Amino acid sequence: MRRRNLLVAMAAAFTAGCTKIGKTEWFDALVDGAESWHRGLHRIGGARIHLAPEYARSNISPFFRGNGSQSVDSDAYRAAEAEGFANWTLAVGGLVANPTVLTLAAIRALPQRTQITRHDCVEGWSAIGEWTGPQLSAILEQAQVLPEARYVVFRCADTLGGSVYYESCDLDDAFHAQTIVAHQLNGDPLPVINGAPLRLRLERQLGYKHAKYLTGIDLVASLDGIEGGEGGYWEDRGYQWYAGI
Amino acid sequence: MTGPKKRHSLTTRIWHWVNALCLVILFMSGLNISNAHPRLYWGEWGFAPEQAWLILPRFPGWATIPDYYSLAAARDWHVLFALVFAFGLLAFMLVSLWNRHFWRDLVTSPREWRLANIAADVRAHLRLNFEHRGAKFNFLQKVAYGVVIFILLPLMIFTGIVMSPGGEALLPFLTEVFGGRQSARSIHFISAFALFGFFIVHVLLVLLAGPIGQMRDMIGGGRFDEKA
Repeated sequence: MRRRNLLVAMAAAFTAGCTKIGKTEWFDALVDGAESWHRGLHRIGGARIHLAPEYARSNISPFFRGNGSQSVDSDAYRAAEAEGFANWTLAVGGLVANPTVLTLAAIRALPQRTQITRHDCVEGWSAIGEWTGPQLSAILEQAQVLPEARYVVFRCADTLGGSVYYESCDLDDAFHAQTIVAHQLNGDPLPVINGAPLRLRLERQLGYKHAKYLTGIDLVASLDGIEGGEGGYWEDRGYQWYAGI
Repeated sequence: MTGPKKRHSLTTRIWHWVNALCLVILFMSGLNISNAHPRLYWGEWGFAPEQAWLILPRFPGWATIPDYYSLAAARDWHVLFALVFAFGLLAFMLVSLWNRHFWRDLVTSPREWRLANIAADVRAHLRLNFEHRGAKFNFLQKVAYGVVIFILLPLMIFTGIVMSPGGEALLPFLTEVFGGRQSARSIHFISAFALFGFFIVHVLLVLLAGPIGQMRDMIGGGRFDEKA
């Protein structure tokens, strides 16, 4: 028993040291560097060409788990839900030549992409579903992105713990073929737990990047000054901005 | 190269210690990540207890990095040291092919696989006799190091790539090799504990074989044995 206690004490001392190191600025800088390295390695050969695997209908999981916000706690959302989201709109603005407000009908009228993909949560679980919606690239081409734009910010209706949810990605991911604004899951309108009526699918990254309850898309040159400045709700709470790892 | 020949080359020693540090950090931060969703599945998907083949215990703070539950901070440690670990192994493999370390010290001969030889080696280990009879490593050592270097460590890297969506998009065939992302996650976990088992036995045998001499050789290089 003594020997076991010694091992526990050694592990505890080691992790206590690591925990201290983990709170230093230089460790943060190293981690940011590692995140860029992973992103660079994942994009060997081209940032927009590699595709996430797509599956057959028979692979679809029997239920698609909802995580994070399961709904939007506001009267406006409940009213929108009651009318089948008929008047829901997606505002496209920021660094674009042609800011627009798209209705759900307009989004359904764009060329559609249907993809059966696997959703991987940062926690570790996965689910497979069939998503339908226009490619984000089609929406961005309509809006005409200005040359100084570097990121796309996704505005959401939901809040978690009192803060608004939001997300962002770079233009390589925004213009990727599998990046779509989904309004259907498995052939039906998006369920509320999965982000009704609109959610982002950013297939080469983890689940928290796939913003739900979308209300707006902003093109920006920098993520500074937006909410916590780290580019997303979970990013502001310490998670990686590049969530392809 | 000047000076007398060493028992362990400089690259082997540097890699050994860098790799040891990486494995401890990756294992302990991995246990913290496991606490975020302590269930393992087979196939591509899985999220509910009834789909799991194994429900894991919650790993206590003294065993995880950092020493409190934080998926975000644990992932920082994990993705940083994953790079050091993977490129370290790649460099070690290239150098060991170049300086013939694998060929000289790890390749086994058909003679060594005879039952009588294996039995003799097991008996010698049980008697705590670690004589190597001319070679640098005895049979059980070669097999153990071979399994770790050529199977378990690469498995950790490749299953890790499958689990990262961006890495998977770059190398999509890997997912199929492992039978799906959740299978890869299960194999990642099993290999990690196989490596932990190796770590315990390895440290135990070093302690039994004379820790001071062993540590001195693994740090300073040790004397080159002509017979080996």
